Amino acid sequence: MYRLLRQIACTGIVTEPPPEPDEALREVRQRLTAAVLRGFRGALVIRHVDAGSCNGCELEIHAANNPVHNLEQLGIRMAASPRHADLLLVTGPVSRHMETALRRTYDAVPDPKLVVALGDCGCTGGIFGEGYASCGRVSSVIPVDVAVPGCPPTPVAILQGILTAIAAR
Amino acid sequence: MNALPGAIPARLAEVDAAGWRATGAAVRARGGRLLSLWAADRRDLGEGHVAFAAFAGAEGLLLLRLPLANRDAPSAPDLSDLFLPAVRLQRACTDLSGVAFEVARDPRPWLRHGAWPAGVHPLRRDFVARQSFAPVPDDYPFVSVAGEGVHEIPVGPVHAGIIEPGHFRFSVLGERVLRLEERLGYKHKGIEKRFETLAAAEAHRLAGRVSGDSTVAVAWAYAMALEAAWGVQLPARALWLRALLLERERIANHLGDLGMLGNDAGLAFGLAQFGRLKECWLQDNARLWCHRYLMDAIVPGGVGVDLATEQHADLHEAVTELEAEVLELRAVYDEHAGLQDRFRGCGQLSPDLALRLGLTGIAARASGQARDLRVDFPVLPWDVLGVRACTQTGGDVAARVALRFDEIAESLRLLRAVLDDLPEGDCRVPLPAPRAGLGLGWVEGWRGEVLVALETGADCRVRRCHPHDPSWQNWPALEHAVIGNIVPDFPLINKSFNLSYAGVDL
Ligand code: SF4
Repeated sequence: MYRLLRQIACTGIVTEPPPEPDEALREVRQRLTAAVLRGFRGALVIRHVDAGSCNGCELEIHAANNPVHNLEQLGIRMAASPRHADLLLVTGPVSRHMETALRRTYDAVPDPKLVVALGDCGCTGGIFGEGYASCGRVSSVIPVDVAVPGCPPTPVAILQGILTAIAAR
Repeated sequence: MNALPGAIPARLAEVDAAGWRATGAAVRARGGRLLSLWAADRRDLGEGHVAFAAFAGAEGLLLLRLPLANRDAPSAPDLSDLFLPAVRLQRACTDLSGVAFEVARDPRPWLRHGAWPAGVHPLRRDFVARQSFAPVPDDYPFVSVAGEGVHEIPVGPVHAGIIEPGHFRFSVLGERVLRLEERLGYKHKGIEKRFETLAAAEAHRLAGRVSGDSTVAVAWAYAMALEAAWGVQLPARALWLRALLLERERIANHLGDLGMLGNDAGLAFGLAQFGRLKECWLQDNARLWCHRYLMDAIVPGGVGVDLATEQHADLHEAVTELEAEVLELRAVYDEHAGLQDRFRGCGQLSPDLALRLGLTGIAARASGQARDLRVDFPVLPWDVLGVRACTQTGGDVAARVALRFDEIAESLRLLRAVLDDLPEGDCRVPLPAPRAGLGLGWVEGWRGEVLVALETGADCRVRRCHPHDPSWQNWPALEHAVIGNIVPDFPLINKSFNLSYAGVDL
């Protein structure tokens, strides 16, 4: 126990300040009212859906939760069920085998809701493109508010995408 | 039998149906393993379909080539009674290439769910990649367990965390797991077909995105296969730098998983501490190789970015710092009674079972199988670096955790050795004019051995590329590891293997 406590004390706080929202990432005009978005700020619950990624984007979502990027300091939390979520964070090109599961997950998120598509794959289909097994970009299956490019997007870019989605203009 | 070109010891043998099974049986009798199995359509070249099987034995790789007589309904003999991993590999091969396996024990589709109809095979040459089909009903018959009080828990494909999608069907009695059946294939996005649209000299980027967490391993295996097929000799410096990248990838993944394993056993401290260490490691990657996970750092012909001598001191220092931090955290993990209580005896796979299941990589080494390509077939630079194989014998979560710690220490030692003796010279050579050829790449990634089989066409394009992730071998082992454990321990056991979904769904 002594070692553990000493380690905590020696480490201190390593969190860096969060990025500013970036309007260039927005896919569609803001759909939710400022009042709703204000409600999301400081208490946003996210459900992640991997719709067919290479798993690289998942590594960076994990990193967004590490002590350096510390998503939770912004009052943003990842939830286990879409029914608890305000925002869906979707990675990958949508594989045709995940199309139904993604639609169902989207439907299970209560309104009002937001969708952030992550990565080059989520934005355009990326290197996998569209084909017999891939629907390509996330917006070909569900409506997307903000799309964050990168392969994978850095944790800072992910934070920025989420903050853009909840920033009222 | 012909020797195949390239650094790794590999031979090619053409067989008939009887030879296919006889060779399989002989490999098994000598303690060899089935690595992978796939098929290629060569009807456009005036031939038929061809089935391939890659085996690993004491002498290296053995690639069997079996021409199939029937052009419309090709079939090959079943190998699944000899090698367990063949079950799913054959099912995938049937779905994608339309090769039936005679008297296969499990005729259910594997990678085909509802995206394309039965009887349609995407890897046939006459299949157009960019078409799509109306969804077909997907009612997969899971094996059901009968008995008083037995009930089923279906989980997935969308899981309750930041995890890849797949379906797990637990049959439980009270809290105990009687049986777990996995159903994967949800992420199938047609990677093998996609390869065939790419120029061979550029397809390493796709190889590096088969399984993002193993980007270095798969990209290296791809580059190795291409270099073998085209007869490219790499300068020593390129190989040493590749080794440096591979060990950095191994360390990054072990750090991440050790944190998650602590967290899954209730010690959030572990997640925070290892998360911090991994983040620093990734930031160094980004600074020196322009990518946090080293994607596209390996290119056919060498490496994309050289390492400046001025960076050596910084890297040395980072290695020393990480070594001290990990040692401290290992002591915390070892001394933590609650943590050890969750780890010990959980998700156990005995050495005997590991052998019979054909386990590979870290899962095999944690169950007493001293098997590591860097040790068993030490091609440059592993021969000079002298890798020490790490093994644990417990076969439980505790053993897989201990093995990760051991491997971090060994990889840090290797990184030091690379930095100390990095040869001078070029880090990349130009590629020759494209030509038709066949090559294999075989690399010990952080999770286990990655195989890439590549056939290039005369037209500069990939003709057929089959990337094989070690998770093919280890997913079925997870089904065994959870038997008799309680359901709440499943996430911990699963994490201790940390298998790739993307890598096997392709
Ligand atoms: S954007 Fe890149 S990292 Fe993310 S899923 Fe696609 S290929 Fe993988």
